[in-house]
Amino acid sequence: MNRRKFLTILGSAGVVSALSTAEVKAAGGTHTFPYYDGSFGVLHDTTRCIGCRECEKACNKVNSLPQPKKPFEDLTVCDTRRRTSAYEWTVVNKYEVNGRQVFRKLQCFHCNDPACASACFAKCFQKQPDGSVTYDGSQCVGCRYCMIACPFYAPGFQYDEAFDPLVQKCTFCEPRLKEGKLPGCVEACPMDALTFGRRSDLIKVARARMAKNPGKYADYIYGEWDAGGTAWMILAPAPGAAAKPDGAMQALGLDTHLGNRPMGELTYGALGAVPMIVAFWPVLFGGAYAISKRRDAIHEAEKEAAIKEIKNDMTYAVNSAAHKVAETHGQAAADTVREAMSEAMQDKGGHN
Amino acid sequence: MAHHNIVIPTKDKLFNLGEFSLRRRGNLITAIILAVGLVITVIRFTQGIGSVTNLSDVQPWGMWIGFDLLCGVSLAAGGYFTTVGCYIMGMKHFHSAVRPAVTTAFLGYTFVVVALLYDLGHPLRLPYMFFFPGTTSVLFEVGLCVATYLTVLFVEFSVAPMEWLAGRFPFLLNWRKLVVRCTIILTIFGVTLSTLHQSSLGSLYLIAPGKLHPLWYSPFMPMFFFVSSMAAGASMVIFEGMFAHKGVHHYMDDTHLREADEVVFSFSKAASFILFAYFMLKFTDMLVQANLPYVFSGYGLWWLVEMLFFVLMPALLYARGSRQRNLRICRFAAANTVLGIVLNRFNVSMIAFNYALPSAERYFPSLWEICISVFVVTMIVTAYRFIVYHMPVLYEHPDFKDAH
Repeated sequence: MNRRKFLTILGSAGVVSALSTAEVKAAGGTHTFPYYDGSFGVLHDTTRCIGCRECEKACNKVNSLPQPKKPFEDLTVCDTRRRTSAYEWTVVNKYEVNGRQVFRKLQCFHCNDPACASACFAKCFQKQPDGSVTYDGSQCVGCRYCMIACPFYAPGFQYDEAFDPLVQKCTFCEPRLKEGKLPGCVEACPMDALTFGRRSDLIKVARARMAKNPGKYADYIYGEWDAGGTAWMILAPAPGAAAKPDGAMQALGLDTHLGNRPMGELTYGALGAVPMIVAFWPVLFGGAYAISKRRDAIHEAEKEAAIKEIKNDMTYAVNSAAHKVAETHGQAAADTVREAMSEAMQDKGGHN
Repeated sequence: MAHHNIVIPTKDKLFNLGEFSLRRRGNLITAIILAVGLVITVIRFTQGIGSVTNLSDVQPWGMWIGFDLLCGVSLAAGGYFTTVGCYIMGMKHFHSAVRPAVTTAFLGYTFVVVALLYDLGHPLRLPYMFFFPGTTSVLFEVGLCVATYLTVLFVEFSVAPMEWLAGRFPFLLNWRKLVVRCTIILTIFGVTLSTLHQSSLGSLYLIAPGKLHPLWYSPFMPMFFFVSSMAAGASMVIFEGMFAHKGVHHYMDDTHLREADEVVFSFSKAASFILFAYFMLKFTDMLVQANLPYVFSGYGLWWLVEMLFFVLMPALLYARGSRQRNLRICRFAAANTVLGIVLNRFNVSMIAFNYALPSAERYFPSLWEICISVFVVTMIVTAYRFIVYHMPVLYEHPDFKDAH
């Protein structure tokens, strides 16, 4: 292959990739994995919610969940703060804003880029093109890291189940969506507090409601950006002039400090360092090993040289001493001295 | 004291189980704990996790993860710490400390996996992580590294059982030779994998900034976990040595006994520096994240207790103990550090986790959860005793003297 040919191939590859990028852009707008443009969502208008628990009842029915101890008609359960569990995929809680009762429905928010899916090490969670976050229990190991990761405390676990305990949460009624039906809770709501639609449309609807009713709503669509954006979003009543802008959300128990990026991204830096460590640590420690080995070798050589020098010195000393003895006491005495001295040195060496 | 007192199994008498049947208090306690543990194990695996634990939807990870996994892994760091010191950094006088450290590390990791099986909803599906790898998950990295490192530790440790059994099965000598030749590679493998998963245990909580108290949550949690694991590794070698000298002193040879004190002082000095560094890391992190106001709250007080009495204090004690060559101070500092590591992991996983929730929804481990954790520790001690009674861990086998 010559240079021209290579450049031609490179050029056409570039054009192709540019084209495909353009296609993705045309289809998806700004790309944030795995955000699906045109996906569905639900807007929960808490100013309309009356806490009738019809959504809870419908959810229980369409998903064939076990009957709760207290009937759905008993509205006193709203007095205690509840959360979703393995057998209650949605619950309605009561809050107080500006001295008035406000009800908020809790369920899985169906994040654009869900923390649970990012955290699952067996790929049980999936963000579907229709907007729902689905869970496949058939490969679930039951580690419950998804529950640690979920910033909304949505998934519940079947702790009472001995042999097939699974994580359970709102499915966005994905099977019903496929049949062209509304989610159970949305269908059951008598106050029109839950609006189903395309997520992009819902944001426009929310803004329109704010514009139409000045002073009624807090200027914040919860879930538009929180935790990277969620399919289910919430409108809250205005908190009153004194409160902080996000006070309305906090009054409804909504965390406004999650940031506007997907939760999973918080771990990507640490995960990105893994290949770096794998690549560099062996070099680092291999180098340390080489240095310590070299140091040992130098030390050994120096020691040997020193010993040799000492030995030479000693031999010289013995010889000169023996020479002197030979001069004064004769050769026999010198030999005795030589023998005795080398014996003494040998002994010393033996002890070391 | 002398070599001839050590019971070394021979070709004809491979087993030395007499120690377990001695009528001693230790054996009795071991038997009771193991029996209770077995009963709870049966309940756990037939009635479900909820039947023995206080775990809830808000606190899906409790004692079994907070102690058995997080503490278990960090306290087994002695393996990589000692092998790197001896083989890589060339501190040959640690040699007699290597085998006990590798043995406890291997046992530690093995029982981390055993304990994990109690906590998993579907323990048999643990290998699914390799079939459906969720590569975006920190837990996947932890699992992969722990599985690989456990294999490395198994290979490193296998030399001891090979020497034990070589009399009866001479073909094992080839394997032993191969492993000994690979020592350096295995050590480098070990330290790389340890760096990864020790730090990843901290990374696990990066995804939950809203749940963990700001004084403990930090983007540098992986680093904190790794640095503290080094201190834990050094301290555990001293800490375990303390008990080994009490219980299995008669299995230590002269070399081990001669080098033991020097190992304590060297490790104390290292641990002192590491703990100081860790203290500075945590303190700086608190300042740069503008968390100073939190220090003057209830949780802040608790954070100060951890920082001052379980990081700074052992660092100072270690410095003093190693300089004065005072064994007692060094051992106290080691126990202090080990407790500090446990406290830190408890804080991250349980005490400062879900800090914003009302106290009624907070978690406290059930008696049975604690029993299982004690059961697991007892199994480790029992397995350690079996190994020490049979294999050349605390002594050099006469057939393999100076053969490394």
